Amino acid sequence: MTAAIQRRLEIPEPHRAERSELHPDLNRAHVRFIGLGKTYEGRQGPVAALQGIDLAIQHGEVFGIIGRSGAGKSSLIRTINRLEQPTSGRVLIDQVDIGEFDEDRLVALRRRVGMIFQHFNLMSAKTVWQNVELPLKVAGVPKEQREKKVRELLELVGLQGKHKAYPAQLSGGQKQRVGIARSLVHDPDILLCDEATSALDPETTQSILGLLREINKRLGLTIVLITHEMAVIREICDRVVVLEQGRIVEQGPVWEVFGNPQHEVSQTLLAPLQHALPEELQSRLHAHKPAHDAAVVLRLQFTGSASDEPDLAALFAALGGRVKLLQGGVERIQGHALGQLILAVNGSPSSAEQLGERAGQWAQRVEVLGYVV
Amino acid sequence: MWFDRLLQGFIDTFLMVGVSSLIALLVGIPMAVILVTSDRGGIYQAPVLNRALGAFVNLFRSIPFLILMVALIPFTRLIVGTTYGVWAAVVPLTIAATPFFARIAEVSLREVDHGLIEAAQAMGCRRWHIVWHVLLPEALPGIVGGFTITLVTMINSSAMAGAIGAGGLGDIAYRYGYQRFDSQIMLTVIVLLVALVAVIQLGGDRLARGLNKR
Repeated sequence: MTAAIQRRLEIPEPHRAERSELHPDLNRAHVRFIGLGKTYEGRQGPVAALQGIDLAIQHGEVFGIIGRSGAGKSSLIRTINRLEQPTSGRVLIDQVDIGEFDEDRLVALRRRVGMIFQHFNLMSAKTVWQNVELPLKVAGVPKEQREKKVRELLELVGLQGKHKAYPAQLSGGQKQRVGIARSLVHDPDILLCDEATSALDPETTQSILGLLREINKRLGLTIVLITHEMAVIREICDRVVVLEQGRIVEQGPVWEVFGNPQHEVSQTLLAPLQHALPEELQSRLHAHKPAHDAAVVLRLQFTGSASDEPDLAALFAALGGRVKLLQGGVERIQGHALGQLILAVNGSPSSAEQLGERAGQWAQRVEVLGYVV
Repeated sequence: MWFDRLLQGFIDTFLMVGVSSLIALLVGIPMAVILVTSDRGGIYQAPVLNRALGAFVNLFRSIPFLILMVALIPFTRLIVGTTYGVWAAVVPLTIAATPFFARIAEVSLREVDHGLIEAAQAMGCRRWHIVWHVLLPEALPGIVGGFTITLVTMINSSAMAGAIGAGGLGDIAYRYGYQRFDSQIMLTVIVLLVALVAVIQLGGDRLARGLNKR
């Protein structure tokens, strides 16, 4: 073995327990959930939408909450501006418990927390200008200031010429831009995104995510978003939590969760993003060795810093036999390389288990998928 | 002379319907707002008030106009001091039209997407802001359409008010056309009523369409 391989072997697997402590400075957290729970009175008795949520979101980060539908994402994000009232636990924003706020303080809080929605929720009877102006108007901001602010924000979202249009005359992406402008008129320090791109086509999704990233960088505000699409998380989030049945089942930096998802739900959600085995090959795959000259199919997944991609020559040499690449790719998230290789190894003297073990020296996860003739 | 009589009838009908519909509009909209916002899950949730108001509206909605008019005679006398003429008819017409219109306006207000209310709350609107800036403007096209229906129904009812000597086109048609077999008068009145209803319906539809930006 070469020195490089030795070094790699010594890198310990990051420990899950440590991950939640990556930001131990809870007292500086922007948004903090402590033992949060929400129970609805359903027809068949109480339904727990959220249970024991403990979470700290830091200033200026883009924080993603992902889960299948009904996992409690919507309820969770809505407790931040109290559109949803938790039944237990506390929500702290800048160390202040918002649970007991009266209407006055709640209104003040909501002006510091912008929100955008999946279906945009623009007033159909108001023009683009009036929609963006509304939050300022109800806050009693004088007309000149309102005009200045609305103009500024329409420019930021790239809708200068559209101020007289009604929402019905806009495309989905334009509507969401109006929604973003509207959410920012009070210079909030938190922006909540409720499935903000789920009703948009892929191209528009990209442009809206780009805009959100720009806003995050330029205005330095904290973004909390919920989505059911891992692609959105990969695109803009710094950290992510995976929710399932009202509980957090996994959390960490995005590259870690993508590179090495622990929970079955995270793996399911990630599946559409991964290069699947070609269908033709899938149909030829056998679980048991059909003939002694059958090739072993392995899936290798690796996570590493950008300069740490595996040495293919060394890998192939270690496996022995003829190695064919069936499928593969590397993507970069937050400066980390996340890769996957599907290999067929033919004519190696070693058994499938031994091959898997050896491949494990390069990859975080190795799976023996089966055999092909 | 016929012309004068018809003109007077037209003015009477116009007055009866105009005054009572104006009151129905001013009282019906707040009523509808209360019905919607006080309901379960509404922004001013108040189930007792909601049920009481709902029962009140249903009560008046279920009494046929002719009977309501007669039953209200003592009340009418208390309010306007007489039980005869245009102003006496305004009282039962208003009382019949207000709950009718309130129910129609309620439907339009309920159709406002809950997401808009949520968005308004999220942007820091107080509850009355939501009523004023969201519920009413968004429901306006539907409310205008509903008001048109109310007006047409009231023209219909106002003809019955002729029975208590209210005057108006319906009264003329009944007395001269029916009781004196003067089919020419009958026909003229019918044409006038059809024209009036058509103008109101057309105008209302147009206004509603203009207001609808969806």
